[in-house]
Amino acid sequence: MREKVRTRVFFIFGGIFLFFFCYSAIDLPPWGSYRGPYGDVIARVSVYERHATDSVNAINYDYRAFDTLGEEFILFAAVLGVMMLLRRDEDESTRDVVKVEDRHPLSTTVRAAAMPAIALTVVFGFYIGLHGQLTPGGGFQAGVILASVPFLLYVCENTESFRRITSHTTVEAIEALGAGSYALIGLASLVLGMPFLSNFLPLGTTGGVFSSGTIALISACIGLEVTAAFLLVGYAYLEEIITGEIPED
Amino acid sequence: MTWIGAGLLLLVAVTGFGVVRTRDVTSQVIALSFYGVLMALVFFFFQAPDVALSQITVGAVALPLMVMLAISRMKFRTAARENKGERDA
Amino acid sequence: MPNALHLFPYFVSGWLFFCGLYGLVTSRHLVHSVMCLAVLQSSTYTLLLGIGYRVGGAAPIFADIPPGTVTVDPIVQALMLTDVVVEAVVVALLLAMVVKAHEKSGTVSPDELRTLRG
Repeated sequence: MREKVRTRVFFIFGGIFLFFFCYSAIDLPPWGSYRGPYGDVIARVSVYERHATDSVNAINYDYRAFDTLGEEFILFAAVLGVMMLLRRDEDESTRDVVKVEDRHPLSTTVRAAAMPAIALTVVFGFYIGLHGQLTPGGGFQAGVILASVPFLLYVCENTESFRRITSHTTVEAIEALGAGSYALIGLASLVLGMPFLSNFLPLGTTGGVFSSGTIALISACIGLEVTAAFLLVGYAYLEEIITGEIPED
Repeated sequence: MTWIGAGLLLLVAVTGFGVVRTRDVTSQVIALSFYGVLMALVFFFFQAPDVALSQITVGAVALPLMVMLAISRMKFRTAARENKGERDA
Repeated sequence: MPNALHLFPYFVSGWLFFCGLYGLVTSRHLVHSVMCLAVLQSSTYTLLLGIGYRVGGAAPIFADIPPGTVTVDPIVQALMLTDVVVEAVVVALLLAMVVKAHEKSGTVSPDELRTLRG
């Protein structure tokens, strides 16, 4: 249907939806009065049971680790889909395109500020990743922070280093390793006679870096996988622009 | 529900509408990045620091980065196609 | 009739959903519609945040507070973390499809890409 008709129909039904949504929101429990009980139980128990002070990460990587396994496989499958959609066949003939020249040269400020920024970002990424069970953070956030480092290199026009880092087959291996070792940790607890994905490593002292058993280990695996996933996606988008070859139509 | 919380949520509502109404795609990426930072601020105010960290890294860095990469790849293809058209003509 | 200020997060969540849907319906550029999908997904964050909040509660991180203090709900925050991850991933896949559609047909407008060609 034409655009005006579509917009008008949308406003009618969208208005009805919004009215009923607000009307039913009035009957929700009073705001700010969370009644529990599961959140309170976990908040009270997670420090003693798992020696992890960050209960959100304890839920994600221990109490409900199965959901996080599914989420990591969503990430894996989506990266697989992106690479399959955007890949270039090896036997397709390519033609060289004149590389798009930047009109303005890169300012020295950007280049000078990028190196300290890269050093700081790498250190910060590792810090966040290793302290997932103690403070807010964990594997996923660290993965995204570390994945932004080669893009800083790309911004400084250092495309050769960027290409060497991200197009190496090691990155694919690291992603598969991260995703696979999460599942293997779960299977290891099955081998030891406990339910899938239960915590079987020594728990350590609360507040230390090597505490809370498998939470830290799973966090590290997820960090590896997420870093490699974002690097692969970035390279899949940028491959044509960097090499300057386009397949023949 | 304090006034600061209500003010932040009002800002989120207005910014969300602004993101949708920006038609030019490159400007919308910047608006989306600002929206991500604002959502992270809301999460931080409502006592969810882990989610705020996630939202900053994903919604303000990784998501606009991926959209910009997609836009630049499409522009590169269009420019290459025009180049080829010029050379053949 | 509860205080209107206390219903504000739910109204904001409904409004964000409505805005995102409006952007999707009236979009003329596929990348614009993908970003409106991101706004749509963020409406669920405010809804979950509003459900799990407790007035006067602290953040559920016990690094410096004793593990007995009143906190907000940590389970809902774990759900929101998963939600944020899935948003990034879905947008990446959708953008790959948009790039591919642009390669094959040359346009990015959803109105012109209507007919499926085998």
